[in-house]
Amino acid sequence: MEIPVLKQNNYLIASIQAALCDGDLIALREKLVNLVTKNRSSGVILDVSGLDVMDSFSARIMRDITHMIRLRGSRSVIVGIQPAVAFSMVQLGLTLHGVPTALDLEEGLAYLDSGPAPPP
Amino acid sequence: MDAKQLQRKLQVTIKSVPDIVTARQQGRHMALQLGFSETEATIIATVISEFARNIVIYARAGEITLKHINNSNREGIVLIAKDNGPGITDMERAMMGGYSTSGGLGLGLSGARHIVDEFDIKSDLGAGTTVMATKWLN
Repeated sequence: MEIPVLKQNNYLIASIQAALCDGDLIALREKLVNLVTKNRSSGVILDVSGLDVMDSFSARIMRDITHMIRLRGSRSVIVGIQPAVAFSMVQLGLTLHGVPTALDLEEGLAYLDSGPAPPP
Repeated sequence: MDAKQLQRKLQVTIKSVPDIVTARQQGRHMALQLGFSETEATIIATVISEFARNIVIYARAGEITLKHINNSNREGIVLIAKDNGPGITDMERAMMGGYSTSGGLGLGLSGARHIVDEFDIKSDLGAGTTVMATKWLN
């Protein structure tokens, strides 16, 4: 299942609304990195509110996406991690260190708008 | 109660990546039916996801069995992941956080062990691996 990526001004918004298999996540990683380049986007929001589970594989892909986008000189933020998902991630030890997160889409946009230079 | 009885045992064959999603969704459904909270059901689904992925990556095929257990004074769910794959060469490292031979985060097994109540793993080189995890209903 392909994840739709919307373009809003200078930002890209990818919204995960269903359980995804590994291939979908890998495809999303490629797509986002390519679209950031193509559109010269300054920010990416990854909305994971529909994701049922964040396991070690999906956490790794989220980390990859963040780092790849950062290397492109753009910023990203993951929004919408559900409370139950956050709980089990911490229990599993998946802290997503260095990956910016925000409560929801609105907060994610505010984060990108606040626009400090991308962290090293 | 009828629903519970219908869902006492469930088996999911794991032979490709989409089966990982099927297994964890079934596991979540069963956990919720047994009375686990949304958070506990997510933990159970996450553990199933890790087990199922290990099967796909390392053994190619296997199965996940979900069982409702009812001991004298407590109820719970048992997750059993069984494969006939190559087995785990270095169990100590496999169970240690941060070690992975597949390019993952290396937190699958070690992390899973910490979020369930009981955990057991048996692996024979060339014969396969069986992982068993129990989560009790509080």
